Amino acid sequence: MKSENTTLGYNSKVEGEVVVTQADAVINWIRKHSVWPMPMGLACCAIELMAVGASRFDISRFGMEVMRFSPRQADCMIVSGTVTYKMAEVVRRIYEQMAEPKWVVAMGACASTGGMYRSYATLQGVDRIVPVDVYVSGCPPRPEALLDAMIKLQDKIGRERSVKNLTAPKAAAAAAALAEKEA
Amino acid sequence: MATTKEISIGDLGARTGVAEEELKGETMALNVGPSHPTTHGVLRLLTELDGDIITKCEPVIGYLHRGDEKIAENMTYNQFVPYTDRLDYLAPLANNVAFAMAVEKLAALEVPERCQAIRVLCCELARISSHLLGVGVFGMDAGAWTVFMYTFTEREKLYTLFEELTGARFTTSYTRIGGVARDIPEGWLGRVTDFINGVLPVLDQIDKLLTRNRIFVDRTQGIGVISREDAIAYGLTGPNLRASGVDLDLRKDKPYLGYERYDFDVPVGTTGDCYDRYLLRAEEVRQSVRIIRQVIDTIPDGSFYAEDAKRIVSPPKEKVLTSMEELIQNFMITTEGPQIPAGEAYFEAENPKGALGFYVVSKGGGVPYRLKIRGPSFCSLSILDKLVPGHYMTDITVILGSLDFVMGECDR
Amino acid sequence: MSDANFASLKERFAYLTERDSADHLAVNCPAEHLLECCTALRDDFGYDLLVDVTAIDWAAETSPRFTGIYHILSTTHHAYIRIASDCVDDAAPSLPSLAGIFPAANWHERETYDMMGIRYEGHPDLKRILMWEDYPYHPLRKEFPLAGIEVPFPAADVAETANAKVLPAPMMGGPFVSSADGTMREIEPQAKDESWTEKEENR
Ligand code: SF4
Repeated sequence: MKSENTTLGYNSKVEGEVVVTQADAVINWIRKHSVWPMPMGLACCAIELMAVGASRFDISRFGMEVMRFSPRQADCMIVSGTVTYKMAEVVRRIYEQMAEPKWVVAMGACASTGGMYRSYATLQGVDRIVPVDVYVSGCPPRPEALLDAMIKLQDKIGRERSVKNLTAPKAAAAAAALAEKEA
Repeated sequence: MATTKEISIGDLGARTGVAEEELKGETMALNVGPSHPTTHGVLRLLTELDGDIITKCEPVIGYLHRGDEKIAENMTYNQFVPYTDRLDYLAPLANNVAFAMAVEKLAALEVPERCQAIRVLCCELARISSHLLGVGVFGMDAGAWTVFMYTFTEREKLYTLFEELTGARFTTSYTRIGGVARDIPEGWLGRVTDFINGVLPVLDQIDKLLTRNRIFVDRTQGIGVISREDAIAYGLTGPNLRASGVDLDLRKDKPYLGYERYDFDVPVGTTGDCYDRYLLRAEEVRQSVRIIRQVIDTIPDGSFYAEDAKRIVSPPKEKVLTSMEELIQNFMITTEGPQIPAGEAYFEAENPKGALGFYVVSKGGGVPYRLKIRGPSFCSLSILDKLVPGHYMTDITVILGSLDFVMGECDR
Repeated sequence: MSDANFASLKERFAYLTERDSADHLAVNCPAEHLLECCTALRDDFGYDLLVDVTAIDWAAETSPRFTGIYHILSTTHHAYIRIASDCVDDAAPSLPSLAGIFPAANWHERETYDMMGIRYEGHPDLKRILMWEDYPYHPLRKEFPLAGIEVPFPAADVAETANAKVLPAPMMGGPFVSSADGTMREIEPQAKDESWTEKEENR
C-alpha cells in the first residue's frame, strides 16, 4: 500500500508496524520542520523581522522561532536590510561559518537588489556575495510576506536531493583517493 | 545529601606554572559585533579586557552607511522623504516631519494649523512607538524578555494606525514639503484615543515588571553614569541628555509646530545612569499620551497643506484630476520639485532618540545643493569610548540598551 | 535680537563678519581664529553644546572651495549659532580641529574628513569613520558620482572566494530630477547620474 504522495509506504501485514519511505523524504522532512534561522538584522527590515518573531505574527507556528545569533548553530540566514560594501565582508564570513546544509533568504528590496539605495556604498544585492534561495520583495516586506517566504523555503527544502548531496562528497573523496593510489 | 568542599583557587597561578606577577597587566582583545544581538544593528566594538573588566573600548561604525546625503543631492526634496523614513526606522513619522520642517524653514513657509496638529500627532505617536521598543529591548538586554512581548503587542496596534494613516506599517513617507500627503481618515482619531487608553495599563504593567525588579535595578543602577558636563561636551541630546540632569527639550525651549500650546512636563534625571534613562523614557511615553489627548481635543478644521504656496506644494489628487490649473501645478512640482529659494537653514526637531537635525543648503530650484543630516545616535555612540571602560563585560549590553540608538541614522 | 547679538560678538571678535541666514545668528570666521572664537563662545557666551560639524563643497572651479560649518546650541539661553569657516587651500583643505574643546567634534570631524577630505589639524585620531579604512575617495565631493567608482573589495580573501567587487551602482532607472536652470532640454527631468549607460555618446 502506498500513500498518495508516494514518499511513504505502509503495510499493516508487515509485523511491527513498519513504515517504508525514501531516505530523501525523511531527511527533508526533518530538515524543513526544524529550520533555525540566523537573523542577519542589518537595517529597517530587521524591525519587521522582529515583528515576525514577536507576539502578533509569531514565527514559532512554523517551528522557526529558534533564532540563533551564532552562525554555527543556524542553518538559514535571513538577510534583512541593506548590505553595504563594508558589511558585505562580514556577511560573507558569517555565511562561511554556517554549517551545511544552509539556506539564505534575502528579505526586502535592499538585500535582493540594493533597493532604493543606488549609491557608492551599497552592495547591489546580497546575491553578489552569497547564493540566495528565496527573495522577498517589499520595502520592508510585510511579516506575512516573510512567513510566506519561509514556507516557500520549506517547500524548496522538501524537494532537495539530500542523500545524493550527503554521499556526493564522500564518493568524490573516494574517487580522489583511488586516483591518487593509481598515480 | 550533597556536600560542598571548599577549594582554594588562590594559587592558581602557581599551579599552572605562571607567576601571578606575569599575568598582571595582561589584557585580552575582544571584538563585539558587527553582527551581535546586543549591538542593535551593525555596531562593532573593539574592546580590551583585563579579566572581566573593560579597559578600552573603540566603537567602529559605518556598516550601514548607505550614502543618504549624496543621494539627497541628486533628487528633489519630495523624492527624498522616503529616505528619511529609513534614518531612525523606529520613528519614521517624526523624521518625515523634521525634514519637511527644515525645508519649510528655508522657504519661510508656515503650514496651516490643522497640518501642524496632524504633525504633532505623528511625532508623538512615533515617540511612543520608539520608546516602547527602546524600553522593551532594554528589558530584553537586561534579561527581562516578557516586557518586549508586551511592548511589541502595543507597537503592532500602532502599526495598524500608521497603516491606516499612511498606507505603510513603518516606511510611512507621510509628509510633503508644505503639508502632509493626505488628511487623516474618518474615525481615525477615535481609534487613536482607544489606543492611548489601552497603552496606559500596559505602561503600568511594564512598570511593575521592571521598575522595582531586583535584578533589573541591580543591573542598571549606577551603571553607565554620564555626568552633566560629559553629556553636554559629547553633544548628547534627547532622553540621554535629560537623564543626566540637563533640562533641554526643543519642544519646550525652541517650540515648533505649536508645541507651546500643549501642556506637558519634561522629565529630567538626576544621576544619568542606565536606570534613569529607562525611567525617563517610560515617563515620556505618558507625557506623549497627554499631548495626544490635547491635540485630539483641539484639532482645528482647515487645510492639511499650505494652499497658497503654489510653487512648493502639490495639491491633493481630487483637485489635480478635476481642474487644469492644479494639474499644471502638480506637473511642475512633480517634475521640477518644490521651488525653494537659495540660502541655508538648520532645523532640529526633538525626536525620540534626540535632536535630529537637517542642514539644507539650496541654490534655488527643486534639488538641495547640500543636505547634512545630524543623527542623534551618532553623538550618543561617540561617548562610548569614554563611558564603557571600567565596567564589566556584561554591562556593555545594558549600556548599549539604555542609550537607545539606531544605526540607520548613525551611519546614514 | 539677532542683530544685537551679532553686534556684541563683533565687539569682542573684530574678525567676524555676518553671514546671510534664513534662520538664526550666523557668522563667518577666518580659519586661523576659529579655535579662539569657539573657546570664547563656549566659555563666555554660553554656547556649550556642539550639535553639528559639516562642510560644503562649492565645486572644483570655485575658490574657496570648501567651507566648514559648525552649529552650536546654548543649553542655557536656547539659541543656535552657525559658524562658517572657509578652508584656505582648495587642493588640500584643512581647518583647525575643535576636538580639544568639544569632545563631540571628534567623530563629526572624522566624518567630514571621510566624506569631504578636509584635514583637521590637531585632531587626535583623524581616520575614516563611515567608509572602510583604505577607501581611496571622498564621496561627498561634488565631482564624485553618486553611483561610485570601481575599487577593490575591502577584504581581499572574501573578494577571492565570493568573486566580489565594488562596482558602480546601476543608475538607469533614475532618480529622475530636473536641474534648477538651463535650456528646456536640460531642465527636463532625467537621471542626473550618467555614469552607467546614459553617456552622451550613447543617446
Ligand atoms: S528594503 Fe526598505 S525597509 Fe528593508 S532595509 Fe531596505 S530600505 Fe529598509
